[in-house]
Amino acid sequence: MNNIIVYCENQDGKIADVSLELLTKGRSLAGRLGCKLDALVVGAHLKGVEKELYAFGADTVFIAEDARLCPYLTLPHAAITIGLFREEQPQIALFGATSIGRDLAPRVSSALQSGLTADCTSLEIGEDNLLYQIRPALGGNIIATIINPDHRPQMATVREGVMKKEPVALPVAGKLQILEVAKYVQDSDFTVSIIERHIEESKIDIKGAPVIVAGGYGVGSKEKFELLFDLAKVLGAEVGASRAAVDAGFADHARQIGQTGVTVRPKLYIACGISGQIQHTAGMDQSAMIISINTDPGAPINRMADYVIEGDVHEVIPKMIQAYKQNSR
Amino acid sequence: MYQKLKIVVLAKQVPDTRNVGKNAMKEDGTVNRAVLPAIFNPDDMNALEQALRLKELLPNATVEVLSMGPERAADIIREGLFRGADGGILLTDRAFAGADTLATSYALAQAIRRMQPDLVMAGRQAIDGDTAQVGPQVAEKLNWPQVTYAEDIAGFDGDRIIVKRRLENGVEQVAAPLPLVVTVHGSAASCRPRHAKRLMKYKKAHIPQWGVDDVGGDRQQYGLAGSPTRVKKIENIVFQAKETRHLSASQEEINGLIRELINNHTIG
Repeated sequence: MNNIIVYCENQDGKIADVSLELLTKGRSLAGRLGCKLDALVVGAHLKGVEKELYAFGADTVFIAEDARLCPYLTLPHAAITIGLFREEQPQIALFGATSIGRDLAPRVSSALQSGLTADCTSLEIGEDNLLYQIRPALGGNIIATIINPDHRPQMATVREGVMKKEPVALPVAGKLQILEVAKYVQDSDFTVSIIERHIEESKIDIKGAPVIVAGGYGVGSKEKFELLFDLAKVLGAEVGASRAAVDAGFADHARQIGQTGVTVRPKLYIACGISGQIQHTAGMDQSAMIISINTDPGAPINRMADYVIEGDVHEVIPKMIQAYKQNSR
Repeated sequence: MYQKLKIVVLAKQVPDTRNVGKNAMKEDGTVNRAVLPAIFNPDDMNALEQALRLKELLPNATVEVLSMGPERAADIIREGLFRGADGGILLTDRAFAGADTLATSYALAQAIRRMQPDLVMAGRQAIDGDTAQVGPQVAEKLNWPQVTYAEDIAGFDGDRIIVKRRLENGVEQVAAPLPLVVTVHGSAASCRPRHAKRLMKYKKAHIPQWGVDDVGGDRQQYGLAGSPTRVKKIENIVFQAKETRHLSASQEEINGLIRELINNHTIG
């Protein structure tokens, strides 16, 4: 069939931002291909969920509702998704690159023998009408464009915040299609059971912060990272980190910015001791203004910075704090 | 509790992309693999540790390492032996070349069928691709359930294995039956070091190799032929040229910058 399907992640009917972002992107892809944009929602307590999806342009909303489908379990969600894709034969299928999407999408792609590209930072329709799945590769040292010439659906996952989230001007007069869960799911799909679950909404909001002070491996240690928090406190900013800094234990994973972390678009991005691998810059290159503080004048990030302060983070940050205290009104 | 438990750990030899130097890219924009050290994929090390812990818990458990790659990837299996694994297999054959995650999963699943383990453990993802796809794809090919992002194997409840999962916004404890595929998160315990006596013993250990003929299956599903994805284009990283102002770290110049940012309402 001629459609794009977005798997819409949800918690008791609350649709995840990443899925709304994918619908927004899916709409422009569907426009290019002249095909439909559809949404699949699997879970519990889904009454009325279709209205929000129509507002993001979904033509048909497929709903599979059953108390056992929330919280997410791999096998029943995979069975429904695989079953629906077999019937619908979508051209393209999009998933959030979340704990759920990255668990589900590969399982689905394997069953359908279709190609899947993880963590895309850009999706385009090429002149050949194929989906161009663009992502950094090899630790972010190259950018690869991946295509699936012969297999359908063309599948991709995208991290939250990478695509913009925009409702349509006029909600689509969409169609609701209820899927009969028993047709897709068997009791044996519930063989893995959840014993305990502790989900916390992250208190760190780097996505929404207008100013971000981010540190890289060059900051040197967890103790020295405290300086970034000092500056952030003064500026009313949030603290972010590169993957290298997170891997080294300098900062919490929730602060990671980049392809495998969060994508941000702040007014001001202060990069402290960050070299600027594409893995990182993919998540911050749309910042309105970038200041790079680095001892290495040749650091790649300096080429995209508006201001480069050549110097040691430990020397420069206290001076910035002092300058702000002197000049702020 | 399982009296016997056969565990296969999936491990990949990867270029160390975390320490990419300036000469990592050739002039033509392709990757200079020769200068990137080949290492045991970090998450797979975490998986090996979880497998070795189960081996300690269950005296009759065995741990084998399965890797796919060129002949030099036998080093990965020896590395596993140095740290406590009982054996391993290297899947190597020209027919496997050019495989994407799906064709890789097919080959691994074929080998796993022949090895007949109760439990397959793998790192969540490899640092050269960061896709996290092979674990779930192998599970699907075997028609086994999967538990991804494991941080700790908490033990057994009867014949079910209890796994603590690390999610992006919390933790979850699940019970799962065997056979099972578990992918292990990088936040799980680090792998124990090499054991000196084992290092001496296995330094030159012969690693059995399997090719397409050893694992059978549908030849069309191996290597490039079995890969639905194609690389259309590879670009070297070029940052957009932007007008950049360079400042020294003097207090005066920093004062000037901060004043400017306050005046144009970027901060303050």
